Amino acid sequence: MDLYGITPSVLIASLMVASVPIMLAAIGELVVEKAGVLNLGVEGMMIMGAICGFATAVETGSPFLGFLGGAIGAAVLSVIFVLLTQVFLANQVATGLALTLFGLGLSSLIGQGYVGIKPPSTGAVPFGPLADIPFLGRVLFSHDWMVYGSIAIVACVWSVLKYSRAGLILRAVGESHDAAHALGYKVVRIRIAAILFGGAMAGLGGAYVSLVRVPQWTDGITAGAGWIALAIVVFASWKPWRVLIGAYLFGGITVLQLNLQAAGARIPVEYLSMSPYLITILVLVIMSSGRGRAALNAPASLGQNFHASH
Amino acid sequence: MLILEKRPTPSKLWAWGTPFLAVILTMIAGGLMFALLGKDPVAAIRTIFWDPLFDPNLAAYSRPQLLVKAAPLILIAIGLSLGFRAGIWNIGAEGQYIMGAVFGAAVGLAFYPADLWIIFPLMVIAGAVGGCLWAMIPAILKTRFNTNEILVSLLLVYVAENILASMSLGLLRNPEGGGFPGSRNFNSYPAAANHELIAGTGMHWGVVAAFIAVIAAYILLQRHILGFQIKLAGQAPRAARFAGVRPNKLVVLCMGMSGALAGLAGLFEVAGPAGQISIDFNVGYGFTAIIVAFLGRLNPIGILLAGLLMALTYIGGELAQFGLGLPSAAIQAFQGMLLFFLLAVDLLSNYRIRLMLFLKEAR
Repeated sequence: MDLYGITPSVLIASLMVASVPIMLAAIGELVVEKAGVLNLGVEGMMIMGAICGFATAVETGSPFLGFLGGAIGAAVLSVIFVLLTQVFLANQVATGLALTLFGLGLSSLIGQGYVGIKPPSTGAVPFGPLADIPFLGRVLFSHDWMVYGSIAIVACVWSVLKYSRAGLILRAVGESHDAAHALGYKVVRIRIAAILFGGAMAGLGGAYVSLVRVPQWTDGITAGAGWIALAIVVFASWKPWRVLIGAYLFGGITVLQLNLQAAGARIPVEYLSMSPYLITILVLVIMSSGRGRAALNAPASLGQNFHASH
Repeated sequence: MLILEKRPTPSKLWAWGTPFLAVILTMIAGGLMFALLGKDPVAAIRTIFWDPLFDPNLAAYSRPQLLVKAAPLILIAIGLSLGFRAGIWNIGAEGQYIMGAVFGAAVGLAFYPADLWIIFPLMVIAGAVGGCLWAMIPAILKTRFNTNEILVSLLLVYVAENILASMSLGLLRNPEGGGFPGSRNFNSYPAAANHELIAGTGMHWGVVAAFIAVIAAYILLQRHILGFQIKLAGQAPRAARFAGVRPNKLVVLCMGMSGALAGLAGLFEVAGPAGQISIDFNVGYGFTAIIVAFLGRLNPIGILLAGLLMALTYIGGELAQFGLGLPSAAIQAFQGMLLFFLLAVDLLSNYRIRLMLFLKEAR
């Protein structure tokens, strides 16, 4: 089974770690899009989460506060998106792009004093003897708490969207904001809550990149993870469980190409590094064409601003 | 209580007024940011907007730089504005810019060290073709498979960056460069170099191309049926379809034109100001051009002015970096802020703000 010295159990374990940032960002964006808002600023919010989380963790010495700081930092950035799209009724595509451009600049401004520092480490959850089970122990019981937390969040979002009244209202707002408004739901308020949640999730994902996955701070550390998260929402056809599958798929590709690079495969490094992006494009093409068209499942009011004229 | 009332048609006055208002608001907010960083806000704003043009010691260096920096921004933004007008979002201009540079440089280097007049024109064509082909990927995926062009064009930027790295380390590396990454320098290869046309002005072929693009785009949008179709498709997609506009044709045309213009910008940059293909060749012009396109209100003349202003912030930012120790990232954040304020004040041209004292009467 050993190809280039890569062991399957280690590969699966590191795949689960690699997929956490995109999974968190994608599940947040899924909720935002379910509410009918297209926030293309995921990359900007993730990188703000990465630096705010990193800075908080370094200053306080606590990785937990770091994740909290990352979520808050990104949610604060998403407030700008809220103001522009929900209050000033600006174009959502353009505002999302602005959020990314601004986030990239601001994060490297904040991060100037943090280059080359090591953050406090986020330890693995102690599972005791469970972690010593031969294959499963390494795959399932050797991770930090964010790995389990991110899966729990996906499960939460799934059950809330599917079974709760709040989830039903959120979907109604995303499918037809006029009808939801006529029924007396506060369209704008619900959307604001969804955008803030999406921001916090992207921030958590970003903080995971700088605190666990890399772990250090460099400019542009998220390297397009936010855009891949946006693609995963399309891949998932706006279904929470498929976000999990999509994130594992891309986590797997990322880990595999990194392992191949380290093992000195005959493919040049640059072609290996571009593979996650190429495969994302390929998957997007497959999902949006043909019969099971993902676009058919998209929330009907996606990307449209709501202005109550009466 | 304040109430928003949708205008039947966007206000002409505000359409011209909002960019100026946004610039002023950005200066205020940017000044606050600089003050938070512990710099004198007035001095910082003056260094960025005034010194590059009028400071007696610096102007000789920075005035020519204004054209050098504005040319790629204007070229790319003109292309982007056509697509944005039609509701086609090509945000991967950075990738098309890289590919244009790679294609053009490859053609130029293939002829090394020949001294033929045809080499530079061939490079220009190759640059445009390279950018255009790179933009065709999202365009054709959009028309054939209905794939989202925003995500594909953006993801291709990362692919292009990897190709650039691979080229400067491998195929296009200078064989006499002692193993260092990067291609031969075009400035020491006269037949392929993008020379300064008038000494001391910064005027090179890219600047000429940018001016031609502005004029061509103006004529296209004002006088040509295609320009009308682009505007129609953006403002009323359904009406456009009834009028016989084929959406797929528009996607391919708009993406192709913006890709070719971004590729040209990359070629002129690599053969002139940058001088060579290297790993860090791209500096984000493709993304800043998005801000330029919006600041110019997607209007060719507006983009010309916006490109010059944005070039000024680049040069002024560099001066502020050396003179005041302002971090370069602060300028990037400053440019991002500009786009926020632009989008926010756009409200004024589309809506009327009314002060309502008697709510009942209003309903």
